[in-house]
Amino acid sequence: MHPALSVIIFTVSSGAGYGLLILLIGLHIFGFMPDMSENELLTGGIIGLGLVTFGLMSSTFHLANPKNAWRAFSRFRTSWLSREGLFAVLVYPFALLYLFGIWNSGVELNAFIQVTGFVTIILALITVFSTGMIYGCLKTIRQWNSALTPANYILLGLALGALLLVALRVSFNGEVGLVASLTLVILDIALIAKAIYYFWVRRVTGPSMNTAIGFTRANVRLLDVGHTAGTFLTEEFGYVPAAGTVTLFKVLVFVLGFIVPGAIVFGMTGGDASSGMVWFALISGFLGIGLERWLFFAEARHVVNLYHGAQHT
Amino acid sequence: MRLGLVIDLDTCVGCHACAVACKQWNTSGTTGPLTDYRPYGRNPSGVWFNRIRHYEVGDYPNNKTINFPMSCMHCDDADCVTVCPTGASYKRQEDGIVLVDQDKCMGCNYCSWACPYGARELDREAGVMKKCTLCVDRIYDETLDEIDRQPACVITCPAHARYFGDFDDPNSEVSQLVRDRAGYKLMPEVGYNPTNTYLPPRLTRPIPTDDVRKESLMNKVKDWTNKTVTR
Repeated sequence: MHPALSVIIFTVSSGAGYGLLILLIGLHIFGFMPDMSENELLTGGIIGLGLVTFGLMSSTFHLANPKNAWRAFSRFRTSWLSREGLFAVLVYPFALLYLFGIWNSGVELNAFIQVTGFVTIILALITVFSTGMIYGCLKTIRQWNSALTPANYILLGLALGALLLVALRVSFNGEVGLVASLTLVILDIALIAKAIYYFWVRRVTGPSMNTAIGFTRANVRLLDVGHTAGTFLTEEFGYVPAAGTVTLFKVLVFVLGFIVPGAIVFGMTGGDASSGMVWFALISGFLGIGLERWLFFAEARHVVNLYHGAQHT
Repeated sequence: MRLGLVIDLDTCVGCHACAVACKQWNTSGTTGPLTDYRPYGRNPSGVWFNRIRHYEVGDYPNNKTINFPMSCMHCDDADCVTVCPTGASYKRQEDGIVLVDQDKCMGCNYCSWACPYGARELDREAGVMKKCTLCVDRIYDETLDEIDRQPACVITCPAHARYFGDFDDPNSEVSQLVRDRAGYKLMPEVGYNPTNTYLPPRLTRPIPTDDVRKESLMNKVKDWTNKTVTR
């Protein structure tokens, strides 16, 4: 698949924003971070919603006809893309009510803050799941058609959100030990899930050129593709990354996305934090997960390639 | 009613006339134009509803060329329709034709991702998705003679390799052809239940070669003499 920058920015940025909202609100409403100030919660909430908004705006840039984008909420009964849009919009009123509650009555927990916060967490989780299912539900792309796809979207969103939360705590001189430990756990689980995904998609399964054209009794090969220059199909689905690039990027995904931020955060689990290292971990994490998202698209092989000469996907 | 095409791979000669006729009819049809990019430039490209590829089946000397026209299969379980977030893609209840409402499409490409057969192409100029309409603006046109109420690709095919009809009617020409010639669907394992059906090449006896004159020294001399001597 052609890795479109707008969609990479959309999924990484909105995933990180929802991850931050889920962890920030979750730790607050269940009373795990009693030392959080009103300013810190409001800042975190606004950064989370800002990243989500930036991501959603970016996603509209890959539309060829954005004036009809408002219609995208209409088919939520069948379309994961529609559901994603609907739940993404539903998060806003609850997140804003939660933040209003804090602005109005402070960090002390009350029923209003707990209910709006809890609903925000649930809706944010469903939104990130829907983002994953946009890709996971496609039977035409075996690299995506897996339960690991939505699982990875949720875990990587939470991982980036956790790194943002560490940076927030350090910026507000809060107690960082608990959040650092939590971040380390999430990074570990996300790393394992991503490693399983890469292991899983290596094995070729599914349709071949034989089943695509229906001749299964002998070898088949393409003689002529029938067009002289590129078509929409070759431009959209024909992208093949160089093998060396894939290997290099996979190493970088693990190093930048998990190992570097994991090591830095590990150093903070005792409670000591240096603000410079936190920003380094954050930038490294976003770069690593950004490369992960590029690979997610670049490595996906649509079955229409079978008609253009690929023996298998 | 379940309208669709039967394509006979035994007689298709791979001339691309179906694609050209399709382009000619549909560029001024309901979902036209079928925009061309750089039509006279170095790398001409554009929107087509119909594409023909050519394959080799088997290894030499037991090989065979297969010409392979493909357009929308008007699937029974069309994921392109269910994934569409705007409702622009729809499948007609009455005849099973899958269409795109050009006024609702937002050009997100998602339906083309869901289509295993490459039937949908984005018109980059118009910003909307376009696809085979099974010539819906032609097959119901009562001002045309009955024989002309067929898709343009079917009428134009010089090898008569394309048939149009109702697959729900067991006595229609297409249903009989599918029965008699063991018609098959493409990539059944992805589960889209396509309507369009392909007829495999007929199993024919090898052409007898017993009566072909044997090679011998005498015959070679005769051939050489026949070529050399002007009568």
